[in-house]
Amino acid sequence: MEDDDIIKEFLIESTENLSRLELEIVELEQRPDDPALLASIFRTVHTIKGTCGFLAFSNLEGVTHIAENMLSQLRNGERNLTPELTSLILETTDVIKRELVSIEAAGKESGDTYDDLRRRLTIACNGTTPAAASGPVVTRTTETATDPAPAVVAPQTPLPPAVEGASAVARSSQPAEEQNPDHPAMANVPAEAEKVGAKGSAIADATIRVDVGLLDKLMNLVGELVLARNQVLQFNSRQEDAALNGTAQRLNLITTQLQEGVMKTRMQPIGVVWNKLPRVVRDLAASCGKQIQIEMDGAETELDKSIIEAIKDPLTHIVRNCCDHGIETPDVRVKRGKPAQGRLLLRAYHEGGQVNIEIIDDGGGINAAKVKQKAVEKGLLRPEQAEALTEREAVNLVFRPGFSTAEKVTSISGRGVGMDVVKTNIEKIGGVVDLASKTGEGTTVKIKIPLTLAIIPGLVINSGGERFIIPQVSLLELLRLEGEAGKKQIERIHGTPVYRRRGSLLPIAYLNEVLALPATSSDSEVLNIVVLQAEDRQFGLVVDAINDTQEIVVKPLGKQLKGLTSYAGATIMGDGKVSLILDITGIGQLSGVLSESRDQLRGEAAKNEASREERQTFLLFRAGSFERMAVPLSLVARLEEFPASRIEHAGGKLVVQYRERILQLTRLSSVLGVPGDASAAMADPAQVIVFSDGDHMAGLVVDQIIDIHDESIKVGKKGDSQGLSGSAVIGGKVTDFLDLPAVLRTADESWTAQGAGSPKNRGTVLVADSRSFSRGLVRNYLELAGHPVLEAVDQPDALEKLDRNEIAAVVTSRNLSAGGAEKLVEQMRKRPGLAHIPVVALCDSREEMVAQNSAHFSACVERFDRASLLDSLEQLSAALQDQPEATRPAELAGGRK
Amino acid sequence: MTETMHDPAAGRDNVETQTKQFSTFYVADLFFGIEVLKVQEVLRYLEMTSVPLAPDVIEGLINLRGQIVTAVDMRRRLGLPKRADGETPMNMVVRSDEGAVSLLVDEIGDVLEVHADSYEPPPDNMPKKQRALIEGVYKLDGRLLLVLDSERVLQTHSIN
Repeated sequence: MEDDDIIKEFLIESTENLSRLELEIVELEQRPDDPALLASIFRTVHTIKGTCGFLAFSNLEGVTHIAENMLSQLRNGERNLTPELTSLILETTDVIKRELVSIEAAGKESGDTYDDLRRRLTIACNGTTPAAASGPVVTRTTETATDPAPAVVAPQTPLPPAVEGASAVARSSQPAEEQNPDHPAMANVPAEAEKVGAKGSAIADATIRVDVGLLDKLMNLVGELVLARNQVLQFNSRQEDAALNGTAQRLNLITTQLQEGVMKTRMQPIGVVWNKLPRVVRDLAASCGKQIQIEMDGAETELDKSIIEAIKDPLTHIVRNCCDHGIETPDVRVKRGKPAQGRLLLRAYHEGGQVNIEIIDDGGGINAAKVKQKAVEKGLLRPEQAEALTEREAVNLVFRPGFSTAEKVTSISGRGVGMDVVKTNIEKIGGVVDLASKTGEGTTVKIKIPLTLAIIPGLVINSGGERFIIPQVSLLELLRLEGEAGKKQIERIHGTPVYRRRGSLLPIAYLNEVLALPATSSDSEVLNIVVLQAEDRQFGLVVDAINDTQEIVVKPLGKQLKGLTSYAGATIMGDGKVSLILDITGIGQLSGVLSESRDQLRGEAAKNEASREERQTFLLFRAGSFERMAVPLSLVARLEEFPASRIEHAGGKLVVQYRERILQLTRLSSVLGVPGDASAAMADPAQVIVFSDGDHMAGLVVDQIIDIHDESIKVGKKGDSQGLSGSAVIGGKVTDFLDLPAVLRTADESWTAQGAGSPKNRGTVLVADSRSFSRGLVRNYLELAGHPVLEAVDQPDALEKLDRNEIAAVVTSRNLSAGGAEKLVEQMRKRPGLAHIPVVALCDSREEMVAQNSAHFSACVERFDRASLLDSLEQLSAALQDQPEATRPAELAGGRK
Repeated sequence: MTETMHDPAAGRDNVETQTKQFSTFYVADLFFGIEVLKVQEVLRYLEMTSVPLAPDVIEGLINLRGQIVTAVDMRRRLGLPKRADGETPMNMVVRSDEGAVSLLVDEIGDVLEVHADSYEPPPDNMPKKQRALIEGVYKLDGRLLLVLDSERVLQTHSIN
């Protein structure tokens, strides 16, 4: 193999040199005395001779050797150039050419020893200077005439730079073998010199340097051609003309081939990037005191040049991370029973039109528990969210911005920037990163990237009367749900539509809703779901219709549309119209099925809520004879299903082991005192609404979870039924509202005990809000937290209640009627008895909060943000107890941080 | 389909003689001009692909000989009332730093050559939304030519 490479290089180089040689010889006839020209010719022949000797092409070497002798004489001025000599030299070049063709085709010389030419060359050499140093050559020549394999002289000079240049060309181009099948004639070595001239330089022609810019331009043009082809094909499909059909088919075929060809020109082996990694690893290992061996598999895997560029930095970063965090120091490794030398394996291979790159180390792996803990510490996740993550999901947290588990920041990594950049960079080129790790055994980072960026296959879909394209890379499968039964398969959990796909829940988003497009006629029988992969998650996108797949050319959107995360670009379709290409990650985030943006979305939802006045989300359920009951969703911690087998009895109560704790279950129907219902069998699995307050949890068993509903409601209080706070119309039906604090207290004495057990820091709170619903909700929050609550409907009412009762804190709506919350605070500050009472303002938006925070209030929280409200109260009451009486008003009037 | 614009050199020559050439158009009852050199071409109405979630002023995307061009509705950009039903706008394709953008206007006027003498900054009492987009005014015989600041017009993200 190596020999072949050398021969290939020799051929390329020699062919190049020969064409120059011919020119120079002809030129030499005009200027026979030009020493530079002669020297150049001599050098060229000498090089060919030397290389031939090296490669054991003895006949060629013999001929060129004599020619070199003659040229040497000419160069040294021992004789003058005559036309006869020129012809001889030219004849020699013809011989060289012929031999090169033979070597290229058959890998060996033609076998012709060219005795005649040798003789004439020798005569020419000796003719004028018979006594000259060429004597030995004569002997030698005669020798070679009989013995075709003379002792070979090794080249005296190292290969001149031209060789390197030529070899570089060879490397960057198609190997010669691939060309050969296209030229079967090459096998028959042409005897005629002219023929040789015409075909001899096949290799040299196959490898030319081309400006990458030109290739880019070609690629763009091919992209345009693909679009034009698509248009022609579409037009053709409506035509009956056989001739046009044929031509269109041909155009289709040729375009595809051209596209493949041009794409190939831009391909580079991934080894180009990998080559610099051993050095990186070596240096890193040395500076960390580690021993790391790097192995590569599939370095020849080819990728588009632009992608090679794009993955260079992410790859280096991952490798650095593996060396720094992954692989342990030798003594640790030995202690863990591994060889002292760590192993880093880089693998690349093609799979399904994509390239997979794996970076595998056998280091310590990523500790999922540690990652979770870190994520919670950094506020990236809530503890219960972290708990629910699988190990794989947990380790993939390292791709979140601002994350690093390194205990110390080293010069190499650990600053918490990097892996997120790696991820974004790879996603930018349509790739996917995945991380799998086994503690103690090592980590595998798997990158999937498309072969090329310019032309991608895409699925054409319709939604809301518009046509869109989904990049095939993101596509997992297509689902079709038919009829009413099909529609029912879309269920809702916490307002999110989901679909049970092979046993696991797939979040569903409706594309027309995400894009705010009108819903098309709802009576359509079929529900089309495109299952997509975005980041590490899967979700289903409901579209109106799924059309075919097409090769599309991604064109960027203008800067006016750059801000839209929902589109990756646009393309021109077969009918000449523009279609938008969906950015699946963006769509996922917009629809809320991807977690990153869920919080942001929730913020927006809260804003909408505020603007829509009193819109609230309720969980609807059925319990016993109460067909429709509601509880604010914000108070619900989780919805669970427990199989009857898991429900146990302890101390006369129903309990279930839940998250390593014992969760007490209460049947709502028995609390509500539905006669005869308590004895009825519980559904299996039992539907449980879990409420939690700090570390206290309670489960309420209901018969069925019905739905989640957005409504604006006024709760009409009616005190007659136990456990109910009232009823209202939700979703067109009368619904009973659960008086949650009362129910929980009845069900679980400890809940009350907790509230009553810490009365000193749970002072009475006055809730001043003109909106009864909001007031009721806040009251619910506070009572659950153990605060006795008084309500006030407007500012004078609040003042009056403050005067009459001992109030620990005031929670007021900013837009309190009859003067507003500011007025209330001003009034309070004027009264000595009330001046020190902290006031928490409920704001409708974050902006409002920022604007208000320092002005009048002790704290500002968003209206329905239960946790912040309770936190604020907690802190305020703690502050009150810590500080001496005198400083309180000033401190608090000055506002909280 | 395409009305060819003039020899670009003409515009340059006229700099010395203190005149400028403007490609003119109408939006509602306003008479606008854009420097001729900034205008790539003028096209009749083309079919458009709307862009959901895009700023209001973005009417859609058009296929301009294989190039995808964003179309900005000048009526909405200027805060003017909607075009009457059945009236199709014209595309005035202008060059910008980041490729061509089409301005949807009511009607295309002539190319006018105007004197620097007749130039004035936009009057203070113009509606704010429109004034921000106007570089200045040329007082012509019987009418006023408003010079559109095409760069500003294209900064659509700032208004939505």
